[in-house]
Amino acid sequence: MAKENPPGPESQGNAPLVVEMRGIVKKFPGVLANDNVDFDLRKGEIHALLGENGAGKSTLMNVLAGLYRAEAGTILINGKPVSFSSPRDAILAGIGMVHQHFMLVPSQTVTENILLGLDSPRFHLNLAKYHREVAELGERFGLSVDPKAKVWQLSVGEQQRVELLKMLYRGAQVLIMDEPTAVLAPQEIEGLFATLRVMVSEGKSIIFISHKLNEVMTIADRVTVLRKGKATASGLATEDTSRQELARLMVGREVLFQVDKRPKTPGEVILEVQDLHADNDKGLPALRGVSLEVRAGEIVGLAGVAGNGQRELAQVITGLRTCIGGTVLLKGEQIDNCPASKAIEQGMAHIPEDRTQVGTAPNLSVTDNLIMKNYRKPPIAQGMALDYREATHFANELKDEFDIIVPNVETPVRMLSGGNLQRVILAREISTGPALMIAVQPTRGLDVGAIEGVHRLLLAQRDADSAILLISEELEELLSLSDRIYVIYEGMIMGEVRDADIDTIGQMMTGTPLEQINRERSVTP
Amino acid sequence: MTEQSVSSPGRAWRFPLTVRFEPRLVEPPRWFPLLVSFGAIFFALVLGGGVIALAGGDPVRSYAHIARASFGSLGVFSDTLVKATPLILVGLACALAFRMRLWNIGAEGQFFLGAFGASAVVLIPLLPENTSPWIFIPVMILAGILAGAIWGFIPGFLKARYNVNEIITTLMMNYIAVAWNNFFIYAVWTEGGFQMSHMFPRNAWLPRLADYAKEVPVFRGLTVHLGLVLGIIAAFVVWFILYRSRWGYEIRLIGDNPTAARYAGLNITRNTILVMMVSGALAGLAGMSEITGVVHRLQGSISPGYGFTGIIIAWLSKLNPFAVIPVSVLFGALILAGREIQPSGVPKMIQGIILVSLIASDFLLRYRLRIVLRGREV
Repeated sequence: MAKENPPGPESQGNAPLVVEMRGIVKKFPGVLANDNVDFDLRKGEIHALLGENGAGKSTLMNVLAGLYRAEAGTILINGKPVSFSSPRDAILAGIGMVHQHFMLVPSQTVTENILLGLDSPRFHLNLAKYHREVAELGERFGLSVDPKAKVWQLSVGEQQRVELLKMLYRGAQVLIMDEPTAVLAPQEIEGLFATLRVMVSEGKSIIFISHKLNEVMTIADRVTVLRKGKATASGLATEDTSRQELARLMVGREVLFQVDKRPKTPGEVILEVQDLHADNDKGLPALRGVSLEVRAGEIVGLAGVAGNGQRELAQVITGLRTCIGGTVLLKGEQIDNCPASKAIEQGMAHIPEDRTQVGTAPNLSVTDNLIMKNYRKPPIAQGMALDYREATHFANELKDEFDIIVPNVETPVRMLSGGNLQRVILAREISTGPALMIAVQPTRGLDVGAIEGVHRLLLAQRDADSAILLISEELEELLSLSDRIYVIYEGMIMGEVRDADIDTIGQMMTGTPLEQINRERSVTP
Repeated sequence: MTEQSVSSPGRAWRFPLTVRFEPRLVEPPRWFPLLVSFGAIFFALVLGGGVIALAGGDPVRSYAHIARASFGSLGVFSDTLVKATPLILVGLACALAFRMRLWNIGAEGQFFLGAFGASAVVLIPLLPENTSPWIFIPVMILAGILAGAIWGFIPGFLKARYNVNEIITTLMMNYIAVAWNNFFIYAVWTEGGFQMSHMFPRNAWLPRLADYAKEVPVFRGLTVHLGLVLGIIAAFVVWFILYRSRWGYEIRLIGDNPTAARYAGLNITRNTILVMMVSGALAGLAGMSEITGVVHRLQGSISPGYGFTGIIIAWLSKLNPFAVIPVSVLFGALILAGREIQPSGVPKMIQGIILVSLIASDFLLRYRLRIVLRGREV
């Protein structure tokens, strides 16, 4: 079967093709999600599928995994044409997909989740035997999980391993990973990559869907780039390409990784946080004496590994969490432990970390979502009534100004892609003309083009003399946008730096206070 | 004799057509939900016809009879509307609360309290018997609304302040409301030992069309009363609140995503209490309208479960205040004409089939159905 393979241009060129997709066309109403796409996967390689949000990556893989059927095109598995009518068919053919959102039963154990839906244990469930099997499988692929643990007790990274084990247990030879790193902490990403390498060495083949260039360059052997449903590069060896080239293939133009930031003298202090103490959801201390200030016309970054109090700090400042000590002053006025509406009235904008759970109401229209912060004020408010003509007019203006791509402003926002949703939120928050903006992970999960747009908008706000507190886990983003950076570790500020190198910030992020770093440096120059 | 399909060699023969559901990625056009709803009702009637046939009846004649008995003449149509009147108000009460995802299952109790409040005006008495209807009726309306609102306030306050599950409290308060009414009709306002109060004076009755038969002879015997007008006004008011007012925007926002509402600075506590009160007030108004428009005295069995039917009506109307009106009329007709066929049994079954079909038809709004020939898809 393998003889019909075209000779591959690059490494592993002679490994047999396990998957061939030719001329795949998949239409959704009004959208051509896949336009004649070719894709192939060799045995024992990691092939990345790169593209912006909505470029058609997941669609293509859902076709391969039997979830969607293509309108045209052929799929060959190990050289044989196949036609899947359900994910079950795909699994029988050795293709398993790990979705972004896990499909596990939280109250059941790892083993029970893995066995779920299988035919083999019919009546008698000899759990000890299966526990052993699962443990052995985990050991073989470097996926260590306790088979007896209940899924709800596991971290996100461990749950992902369970999903992988589930597929391996079903005998998957081809694993499709849909943006596996989106939910993982940096350390967990390392662990995942190690696992993927083991699996490849065991003869599995992996398709890695991502829009993160760094990861693709790190882990993948070859890469296929999709843009607007078309493949702009098919099976390019990562050794022969560069981040810049991939970025260009992805968005169709050169991406500015360096932002254009003009020097600016900051104005008066807008946000002042003094010795703030607060607990997290579990009642444990999350903030332990945080003090910082943000001035008008500057972007202040807050760096830190996830879970060191960033979320709680943003919540206390925006009035969504009570603090147990310290104060938050906005333009000299105390706003901590006040209703969120007070901060909003005082001119605070907030780009929340969670776009769908916090930032928008999914079933309400674009208009309704855009007026969330100013429906209390004329001209949209007319006394007790709402003037929907004004609201629609307002929404249409923002739609044009911020390039929100929707058929009309009556569309419910659940129909919007991640980047579009973030534009809705940014449009709404910026339109209030804020004195202070709290931006939490404003580019998480966005593609390169959208990230650039968000960065440009934040810089424009800085030029318009807004004070901006940027909380992010992307160090590059912080370094290129911020005028100053605070580093937070276990609810304490480790120090404040300007023009610092990544090394220094890295040390602070892992718990070394700035003074200590400076002291050590002065001792050993 | 059988041809093996090329695409699936070795497999047993399978039906050549297959039905596939695909999630809709764009909103269907505006007329589509309406079409689907009518289709579902039609489907349910066909199915119900089967039930009637199985029970030994003639479906066509039965349906014709139902139609005649509920829409056949001005007189019976008026009776249908009388049945629909409390359903409209109670349906609106539920629709408003459900919009904020407050599960007010207590419309029945609020209905009883509204009836009690209106009766109290006559029976305490708060107003002398010979008061002009121009004062009597507005005061009774206010009393009914107030009593219902109080009955809604209690679970609303408990929910807002102490996060007590409103489903449980509203449900339990239904029983208290019935017992409360019973106490008064058995002990306080009993008429000669019967479990009912004395008849209200004529000037405390909601005006009926029949009252104007002298001026307009067509109105003779028509029992439609002012409550219907109150119901239609209420539908407009609820629509305006929900879609054209700041408060309604807040209700919809909280209902869709309370976290986002909190983030936008909304006061959820206050809105929870207010919505429960307005919902209770609407159900109370239903009780008032029934007691002063139909029953004309306070007695035990004033509701064949209107409060619970209101829940169904709110769902079937997809929480749309205007849709509540036709759906209530449909249910009014089924309640009225169903009795002509069989006191319980078959008409209830048809009601159930309509309900299940309509709710199931929602699936078609979210998914597209495609019938494909096997082996030809790719």
